[in-house]
Amino acid sequence: MKQLLVALIAGSLFGAGLAFSGMADPARVQGFLDLFGRWDPTLAFVMGGAMTPMAIAWIIQRRLEKPFAGEQFSLPGTTLIDRKLTIGAVLFGTGWGISGLCPGPGFADLAINPLPALAFVAALLAGMIAHRVTS
Amino acid sequence: MLAAFPHAMPLEGLIGGLMIGVAAAVMLLGLGRIAGVSGLAARATGIADSGTPRGIAIAFIIGVPLGALLISLITGGIETRFPPSVIPLVIGGLLVGYGTRLGSGCTSGHGVCGMSRLSPRSLIATAIFMASGFVTVALMRAGGFL
Repeated sequence: MKQLLVALIAGSLFGAGLAFSGMADPARVQGFLDLFGRWDPTLAFVMGGAMTPMAIAWIIQRRLEKPFAGEQFSLPGTTLIDRKLTIGAVLFGTGWGISGLCPGPGFADLAINPLPALAFVAALLAGMIAHRVTS
Repeated sequence: MLAAFPHAMPLEGLIGGLMIGVAAAVMLLGLGRIAGVSGLAARATGIADSGTPRGIAIAFIIGVPLGALLISLITGGIETRFPPSVIPLVIGGLLVGYGTRLGSGCTSGHGVCGMSRLSPRSLIATAIFMASGFVTVALMRAGGFL
C-alpha cells in the first residue's frame, strides 16, 4: 500500500513537471527538434533540470543497501549496445518527431486534451503489442 | 542568448524539469526502480511480463495525467497544440511504441535516468533518438509538412 502511494505521488509529480515545463505541448517539443525552423530550446532546460536531482540520486543510491520503501534495487544492468538499441532509438526518434510526443506527455495529455492524446496512446500501445508479438 | 528565442520558457522548463527529476529520484530511492514511462506503461497494461511490480507501474501511470491535470487547474489551463490530423498521431504512436520496446526506453528512462547515471547504453540511445528526431522534423519541414 505504501509502495503504491509512493508510485502514485512520483507519477503525479512527474506529470505535473511535464505540464508545467511545457513538455505536454506537442508543438513545443517539435519546436525543439525543428533546428531549421523557429527553434525552441525549452526542452534542453527541462532535461538539465531533470538530470540534476537524478545525478544526486544516483550518488545517494550507491551508498544505500536498499530503497527507503522497497526490498531491493532492481536496476538495468545491461551494457550491450546492439542493433536492437540503435534501431529502436531511430524508430522512437522518428515517431517523436512526427507527432511531437513521447510516452510521458502522451499519458499526461489524456487529462488535458483527451481525444488526440487517446489516439496517440492507443497507437503507442498497439506499437508495443506489435513488438511483443514479433519478438 | 535567450532573447533570440522569445517563445522559449527557460524558467518553467527548469522548474518543471526539477519536478520530473525529483519524481524520478523518488522512484529510484523510494522503490528502487527506474522511472521510465515506456517500460512502466508496458508493465501497467500487461504488455510486458516482467519488470516493475504491476501495481507500482499502474499507480505511477495513473499519477501522470493526474499531476498534469492539477497543474492545468492551478495555472488556468496549459497549452497542448497537437498535430491538426490524427495521421501523425497514429504513425508517431506506433513508431514510439515499437521503438521504445525494441530500444528498451524513451526520453525518461534513457534520457533522464540513464544519462544522469552516465550509462553508455542510454547516452548512445539518447543521442540516436535525438538525432533521429532532428532529421525527421527537418525532412517534414523540407517536405512542407510543417
